Amino acid sequence: MLFVMPYLCLFILMLIVPLAMGIRLSFTRGDLFGIKEFVGLENYARLLADPVFLRTVWNTVYFVILTVPSLTIAGLLLALALNRETRWAAIMRGIFFASFVLSVTVVTLIWRLVLIPNGGLAGVIAKAFGAEPISFLGDQNWAMLSIAMTTIWWGIGLPMVLFLAALQQVPRDLYEAAALDNASRSRMLFAITLPAISRTIALVLVIEIILQFQLFGQPQLMTSGGPNNSTRPIVLFIYESGWSQWQLGYASAAAQILFALIAMVAMVQYRISSRKESR
Amino acid sequence: MPAISSRRFFYVQVVVVTLAAGLMLVPLLWVLILSLKDSAALMSDTASAFSPPYTLENYANIIGGQQVSTWLLNSTIVSLAMTAGVLLLSSLAGYGFSRLEFPGRDALFVIVLLGLAIPEQAVIIGRHQLFSAISMHNSYTALVVPGLSMPFGVFLMTQYFRAIPLEIDEAARLDGASRFRIFWRILLPLTIPAQATLGIFTFFQAWNDYWWPLVSATNHDMLTLTVGIASTQVNFAQAEGLGFLMAQAVFAGAPMLLIYVIFQKYIVRAVAGAAGK
Repeated sequence: MLFVMPYLCLFILMLIVPLAMGIRLSFTRGDLFGIKEFVGLENYARLLADPVFLRTVWNTVYFVILTVPSLTIAGLLLALALNRETRWAAIMRGIFFASFVLSVTVVTLIWRLVLIPNGGLAGVIAKAFGAEPISFLGDQNWAMLSIAMTTIWWGIGLPMVLFLAALQQVPRDLYEAAALDNASRSRMLFAITLPAISRTIALVLVIEIILQFQLFGQPQLMTSGGPNNSTRPIVLFIYESGWSQWQLGYASAAAQILFALIAMVAMVQYRISSRKESR
Repeated sequence: MPAISSRRFFYVQVVVVTLAAGLMLVPLLWVLILSLKDSAALMSDTASAFSPPYTLENYANIIGGQQVSTWLLNSTIVSLAMTAGVLLLSSLAGYGFSRLEFPGRDALFVIVLLGLAIPEQAVIIGRHQLFSAISMHNSYTALVVPGLSMPFGVFLMTQYFRAIPLEIDEAARLDGASRFRIFWRILLPLTIPAQATLGIFTFFQAWNDYWWPLVSATNHDMLTLTVGIASTQVNFAQAEGLGFLMAQAVFAGAPMLLIYVIFQKYIVRAVAGAAGK
């Protein structure tokens, strides 16, 4: 018990207590100076009628749709191509994973300098071809796509590495047997490889959904949620209601809704990983 | 016939993947050459970045200036302290959960595991209020302590301790070793691979953490490098000049990339292990 105590104290103090405080706050009209009055479900009702909040929910879902399938498919293709023991494959793996170690602030700084129309790399290239530079981050049609592209550049290493780890577990003799039968490459892919790593595919999807649902730093730093709220995700909404408007009750209610959404996805993940252990 | 088409298929893969890797590097190279240019020259036209003269002046300014080195120091202190703390607490708890009998142990462990599903967003407002209540914002304590409550390390270390055969403990006990001695001198050294994984994972997490330090450290001297870089971006193009800003990005990104190149194997394993939990 003595060994577990130090961690448990922190667990309760830094995780359980703040969680309980957040839930309690979400039922009150809290502000900078703490809890004002108990208002029941008013914050939740207000949120569900707040067009800006609903927009952020849609933006978040849209962002997940833009990034998760691309990350998963690109990660899988890279892993299939780079699952070999050559020098070239090792260097390529290194390059594709490298951007993942950078912080969100460095990543957004880099990409803003690529995307700004005035002097950004994209603008310089456009001018070289005599085209008018596009304001990627200032145009409603482009802003979220640009953030999605930045995120894919940043995060492609994670699915690749997870798929590589899974591919190494596929028994080699399966392929040897298939080669004896003159099976085609695409047949091996669909009959052996994909079924063997199907659990990892599901796991990568769930991990990426949870990760991308928490989108925050990229739009906060690149677009501040604009133009016209088109890139404002749920987490940025929580941050702004909490720390710019100091409506802590309102922000907490939004945070609990996000928590519920993530918990649902996490439950799916739990089911997938516990199935692994029973096998 | 199959042999030839298989070779051709391989070359197509090599070309496509190498091109894609080149595209991955383009933004990094762009920032690198911008950082080597005089800010005034970039003001008139960033396309001038493709031609000399180049200069190291921006880097000299960073190293000579107070600001960035203070942030670098803060990041280093916070990340190392959090890593050490997580390793210690997780090892103790992992040993406790895997080796000791006490009432409610399994239920407690399940509760800790459920904590894995709690996202930062759900607790950050409460944490912020807690630290406000005791006036502890803008301190290393505030930057480090919340990170120590992450359940992942406890989960990882418990799994690892469970995989060590009990016979080792029993043999040591027969030799008259105390419980703490068994833990510290015999079992702990066996967990070094897991410590490496957890340590690297925690260090990166702490270094790149953004939201909590953003709201907790508001005093300019208490910023971590990650948040500091964000604070200089606010009024971007005009502020201190693009060249200087880009040199900051390189300066902030380079240590992580360097650590990555050195410990690549462990980092990849740490990340794959952490995500596969």
